[in-house]
Amino acid sequence: MERTTLDLWVGMFVVAGIAALVMLAMKVGNLGTYNVSDAYQVQAYFNNIGGLKTKASIKSAGVVVGRVTGITLDTERYEAKVEMSLDRRYQFPKDTFANILTSGLLGEQYIGLMPGGDSEMLKNGGVIKKTQSAVVLEDLIGKFIYNKADSPAK
Amino acid sequence: MSAASTIRIIGHRAINAVWRIGMASRFFIYTLLYSGSSFRRFHLTIKELFSTGVMSLIIIIVAGLFVGMVLGLQGYETLKRYGSESALGTMVALSLVRELGPVVAALLFASRAGSAMTAEIGLMKATEQISAMEMMAVNPIARIVAPRFWAGVISMPLLAAMFSAVGVFGGYLVGVVQIGVDEGSFWSQMQSAVDFRDDILNGVIKSFVFGVVVTLIALFEGYDAPPTAEGVSGATTRTVVTSSLAILMLDFVLTAIMFRGN
Amino acid sequence: MSWELLARGLECAFSILGVSILSEPALVEIRDLNFAYDKRPVLKGINMTMPKGRLIAIMGLSGCGKTTLLRHIGGSLKPTGGCVKVGGQVMHELDRNGLYAMRRKMGMLFQFGALFTDMSVYDNVAFQMREHTELPDEIIHDLVLMKLHAVGLRGTQNLMPSELSGGMARRVALARTVALDPMLIMYDEPFAGLDPISLGLVGDLIRRLNDSLGATSIIVTHDVQESLKIVDYVYFMSEGVVVAEGTPDQIRASDKEYVHQFVHGEMDGPVPFHYPGRDYLQDLELRA
Repeated sequence: MERTTLDLWVGMFVVAGIAALVMLAMKVGNLGTYNVSDAYQVQAYFNNIGGLKTKASIKSAGVVVGRVTGITLDTERYEAKVEMSLDRRYQFPKDTFANILTSGLLGEQYIGLMPGGDSEMLKNGGVIKKTQSAVVLEDLIGKFIYNKADSPAK
Repeated sequence: MSAASTIRIIGHRAINAVWRIGMASRFFIYTLLYSGSSFRRFHLTIKELFSTGVMSLIIIIVAGLFVGMVLGLQGYETLKRYGSESALGTMVALSLVRELGPVVAALLFASRAGSAMTAEIGLMKATEQISAMEMMAVNPIARIVAPRFWAGVISMPLLAAMFSAVGVFGGYLVGVVQIGVDEGSFWSQMQSAVDFRDDILNGVIKSFVFGVVVTLIALFEGYDAPPTAEGVSGATTRTVVTSSLAILMLDFVLTAIMFRGN
Repeated sequence: MSWELLARGLECAFSILGVSILSEPALVEIRDLNFAYDKRPVLKGINMTMPKGRLIAIMGLSGCGKTTLLRHIGGSLKPTGGCVKVGGQVMHELDRNGLYAMRRKMGMLFQFGALFTDMSVYDNVAFQMREHTELPDEIIHDLVLMKLHAVGLRGTQNLMPSELSGGMARRVALARTVALDPMLIMYDEPFAGLDPISLGLVGDLIRRLNDSLGATSIIVTHDVQESLKIVDYVYFMSEGVVVAEGTPDQIRASDKEYVHQFVHGEMDGPVPFHYPGRDYLQDLELRA
């Protein structure tokens, strides 16, 4: 085969391979949707984070606004301390409410932010005070059984 | 057969295996050592990229499409039971990018390009082309082996990426276009679950490792083949068997290293 | 052990010194060459002298060690004793670079040509020029056509080796062998499997190339009639030793039984028709 046709085919092959990689990174992966450099950090304390993991998404009104960057146990308060990285485009009032929610029955857990009415905004390094812990299925079932046992038999 | 002779056979086999691994390592080091000319005269490598990479394109694309379509179908049936059809995109993409892309592409590569490499080099040896090259004062490792090695190493990650990309498209075709899973949640859940560094980059690293191993096995088996018809056919079979096993075992090891801890 | 080696080396050096003082310088000297695969001896004390410009044949039955001898001259095997000197240098003492430098001055025609099957005829002949020289493409083009013209196959330059007949492939391989005008050309069974016309043609080419290049040629063959027509000197080998030597006329007239049987292709003689075995009648169980 001619040298030039060979070069052409191999060139097309390499371009297609790199295009596939870029497509995976942008369309399938999270490289296209989320940029760490333009972010600010806030933290929140939860009694129980359930199955929340680092890199879980943070959503407000269903829109992804950030990611969980770290989860540690604060041994002074014995509460989970969750570090969050939020997109700088989205500013939230100081009295924003953070909930740990689940997408679908067995889906993965994420943090939902409900903005409050404060005129002051959260700053880099700020703390979200109002939090609600994850709903743990075992606790729910336990409560349900306890209530059943409590109610008088008919 | 007495116990002693059985043990002796086991010992003989073990020594042989270790010996061959040593020979293959030495072969690998020589290949790296004499790789200069495959980059200085890159057209040698381009010629091999054509026969390993471009010639494997069709099988990789067709296989990727069908694997993705099956994943879409099976994933939907399973996820439907738990009411989480919207996670179909996540499932298809993660299984492709992390596992099926690198592994299946490498298996196909071993049986398509690897066996061809073994047969080609084995035949070159059987027809004394390699001895002839040595008598012409041209190092056959530098001239024949190294360009093929680098062509294999370069094309493997590209082929795996194409496999995954086409597979995601196949899953999309079945899940969204045919069954009617919501398109928005298909892509958005996929994007929120697939991490570039943890999933995609690790997949690329896997396919790179597979590329090195499969190409090395194929070239070594060819170079080491007895110069007869049976020798070459046996070596070709061994290439496919050994590299398939090596891919699956290495995949376990790499997965254990990469994806534990999250 | 080391004393033995030293003694052997000295012996080797002296013998070559002696010869070079006495007669014209020989291109290839083989002194007391011994070689064994594992424990099985293949060459047992071979002595040969090959002066410059000559065409020398090494004949013998298949498996008598001819090809092994050729591999020693090419430096691909190391002797277990004795030495091979080419152009005054002991082949098995050369390092890789020295060996490769020496091989650039050698050409070898393999048994079935060993053309590179993934290259065209043109690229096959141009191979060594591209690997070893910095010649521009136009000059390589002219040189390749000259070499192909010399073997009468200029028209085949764009064909692939698989498109050539056996005789044509052998001639292209011949053109490739002499591509860099070697001083020593080795032929491993150049006549094997050729039709009578190609046979005469290849034999004639070997003679003419040797004379026009001023090279020294070694032909390993068992084709007696064809090679006796063209060579200057013949060595006969049997089971790892030289059993007879001489000019073609001396060989034809030789009354040694082995040579006579070989030259005239007789069925029985020193080389028996039957492979050694048990007694025939005993094998057939006709006798207890």
